[in-house]
Amino acid sequence: MKGVIKKISSDPLGLIGLCLVTLMVISALGAPIFAPYDPIQLNIMERLQGPSVNHLLGTDQLGRDLFSRVLFGGQVALKVAFLTIGLALIVGIVLGLIAGYGPAWLDNSIMLLFDTIRSVPTIMLALAAVTVVGPSITTVIFVVAVSSIPNYGRIVRTQTLTIKSKDFVKAEKLMGASLLRILSIHLLPNILGPLLILASMDIPTVIALEAGLSFLGMGVKPPTPSWGSILNDGFSLIRNTPWPIIAGSIPLVLATLGFTFLGESLRDLLDPKLRKLL
Amino acid sequence: MNNILSIKNLRVRFRTKSPFQAMLQKIDDPFIDAVRKVSLDIKQGETFTLVGESGSGKSTLALATAGLLTAKEGQIKFMNEDVTNMTPSQIMAYRKKISFIWQNSIGSLSPRMSVGSLITEGYKIHNLKDRDLKMEADRLLKLVGLPTNIKERYAHELSGGQARRVGVARAIALDPKLIIADEPTAGLDVSVQGEILNLLNKLRDDLGVSLFVITHNLNIVRHISDRTAVMYLGRFVEQGQTDDIFAKPRHPYTLALLSANLTPYQKTSLENRIELTGEVPSLMDRPNGCEFHTRCPFSSKHCDNEFPPIHTFNNHQILTCHYPLN
Repeated sequence: MKGVIKKISSDPLGLIGLCLVTLMVISALGAPIFAPYDPIQLNIMERLQGPSVNHLLGTDQLGRDLFSRVLFGGQVALKVAFLTIGLALIVGIVLGLIAGYGPAWLDNSIMLLFDTIRSVPTIMLALAAVTVVGPSITTVIFVVAVSSIPNYGRIVRTQTLTIKSKDFVKAEKLMGASLLRILSIHLLPNILGPLLILASMDIPTVIALEAGLSFLGMGVKPPTPSWGSILNDGFSLIRNTPWPIIAGSIPLVLATLGFTFLGESLRDLLDPKLRKLL
Repeated sequence: MNNILSIKNLRVRFRTKSPFQAMLQKIDDPFIDAVRKVSLDIKQGETFTLVGESGSGKSTLALATAGLLTAKEGQIKFMNEDVTNMTPSQIMAYRKKISFIWQNSIGSLSPRMSVGSLITEGYKIHNLKDRDLKMEADRLLKLVGLPTNIKERYAHELSGGQARRVGVARAIALDPKLIIADEPTAGLDVSVQGEILNLLNKLRDDLGVSLFVITHNLNIVRHISDRTAVMYLGRFVEQGQTDDIFAKPRHPYTLALLSANLTPYQKTSLENRIELTGEVPSLMDRPNGCEFHTRCPFSSKHCDNEFPPIHTFNNHQILTCHYPLN
């Protein structure tokens, strides 16, 4: 772990990514400590203010402190990002292993399922889900997870197909290793590398998706602060003040950049061919 | 001495065309026989070698014996138990008693596992919890002549010879009765080849295991083997005591293989060296009659049409040829 951080630090972009991600995690987790105001506390007297010493990023139309809302919004973003990616990763790995290792008919049906999911745009899926169960953070997590499962599943399947015919898998089979043992001890560790990189590069996409869905009113419910809902509020006020829009987009841009840089740096680090370039 | 392994009329087939393709192209038999009617016996403590060109079905026979490929016909008996017809618990017991040394020494070692856990993998698979895995690993590494500090290394950090020794250590971990070694010296330089062969000989003598060695290197055969079979297009063309076969090859193909073998000084002088011409026929299009007749310098019209009978010399040298050499 120490070595990994040291190597990432030697890559300037990786270092920036690492800092941004750390900053985001700390500020989101420490939001109750760092936030100067309650994020849902109304203060009509100070509505629509620009940045000042009292309100670092200004206030919105209900006088809520935008800086505090951004910090708490980070919690939503992190929760959605990690839960979604975690869920998609687990289901993707299980389905991908079954497809890659199992019989051809099972492979074909799982691939068909993946293609079906991929053919439905995420927003359409979200609209359908929201219509059925109503807008909530759970709906967002579920929708985004389902629509990213095929990405992971396909990679796992392809890697499994390549590795399962290698001699070391045959050797394990010949020694009498059970299916579970072969899959968990011998296959999974060899396909996890590329997956983790993909996951770290998917996190900003998911955060942006959550913001987008919240912006469209399909995500978190109004009083809860989220970067998307801050943008959504700011959108209707764009003629009065630009600050809510700016406040909502800064963390989004920073988080996206941070995770992308970190992901690219990780990819270079884990790929032996690219490693020596660092 | 009793037989450890006894194979009778084994036939292993591979599909070459899907049923649909076969129907469209009107092929009645979309299979090839990689191993066709092979019979052999391996006695306890004996080394049996199998020689033949690439693609003659040597590895297929080995994998089928190990139970990784299913046989179409025939019988494999291991210590008087029928391998082709076993319950799962019997198969686990069988897996414990046989082991395999792989041709691809580095590729057959799981890349994310240390040598120490690789060679004790068998104990974990077969749930032998009473053993101290660390001590077992040390014991095995000493047996194959590797330093014990190699335990922490990974497969890609080993040299070819080291990886081969690790493969041997893994193969002897569970005290097997039979070790199948597929090209145990492939990809090694000559001095390391010798070390590995001496190691195998020593282990056979010390542990009393039987060895089933597959190779195309005739010099190896002479060094370690008690009995030898020569394979051509999935069949045994000649089988017998190694000394007899080397001193007096009776099948033209065996003679051709021996003639083609380079040795710095020829110990056994072959009276009539022959050279083969032409290519190995395709398994999809086997020649009629004697399957070797397309390349045999001694073939006659008789050979083109009729499958040769089985001759037995001195009760143990078996071959299939119309005109055995004398």
